[in-house]
Amino acid sequence: MPLILSAFASGLLFGLGLIVSQMVNPAKVLGFLDIFGNWDPSLALVMGAAVAVSALGTLVTRRRGAPVLAPRLEIPTRRDLDPRLIGGAALFGIGWGLVGLCPGPALVGLTFGPWPVFVFVAAMIVGMAIFRLVPADWPQVTFRREASRVDG
Amino acid sequence: MENFTPVSALLGGLMIGASAALFLMLNGRIAGISGILGGLIPPERGQAAWRLAFLAGLVITPLIYVASGGALPAIELDTSLPLLVVAGLIVGFGSRLGTGCTSGHGVCGIGRGSPRSIVATLVFMATAIATVFVTRHIIGI
Repeated sequence: MPLILSAFASGLLFGLGLIVSQMVNPAKVLGFLDIFGNWDPSLALVMGAAVAVSALGTLVTRRRGAPVLAPRLEIPTRRDLDPRLIGGAALFGIGWGLVGLCPGPALVGLTFGPWPVFVFVAAMIVGMAIFRLVPADWPQVTFRREASRVDG
Repeated sequence: MENFTPVSALLGGLMIGASAALFLMLNGRIAGISGILGGLIPPERGQAAWRLAFLAGLVITPLIYVASGGALPAIELDTSLPLLVVAGLIVGFGSRLGTGCTSGHGVCGIGRGSPRSIVATLVFMATAIATVFVTRHIIGI
């Protein structure tokens, strides 16, 4: 139960941050991404401040060794780059740039946004479901090397 | 740059960072929205409650914000319906394939110094900027 309450509180605080920073407004996000137009650097400050506090949290948690309420840390440990990471991030960026909505702001916007937010969220959930159909090793990049014909 | 809102941006950013820090310190998990939502499709046994609780907090926030006297920002969204659907599909699929979005890679991953997250953030920033450049300045949607 404490884990559920803390998750709820974290969600609230996250949503509050998205509202206060106006990142729930796609026009504000597109204003940042439009570096060749009337550029609005706000998102950079949002990200900078968020990363700084998040880094502090990581530092404290790592020093402590384990989280307060859960038995252990569940954080990704992979450090290698692979086609799924790059391809997924590239696709995500295209979708983000088309509308100016990413998952967090889209969910916060459900309760007070115009109906197109619902359409976006519904499509996003379908996109996530489609991902489940993708084989675990796709896209596969294989480097075929000619077998050496020279002995020795 | 007349749209620049540095104070609210910093304040909101601190809150988002605090949420990520709190979630890591208490629950030991990454506050990545696409991962939290994606983990519910389909739901895993024993992993659904905290995910739903986090998302409920996210969705309910505007109601609490209004109830406590706050004025919600505008949501200016004038994308055409077909484009909205395509973008939603790509955002959902891409964030799962790339194991994260703006929150998981951008806020949490960079804060952790993860090389994967740093690269992912650079890549999605680049394709998003390129997309906006093409749609706004070349095609002119």
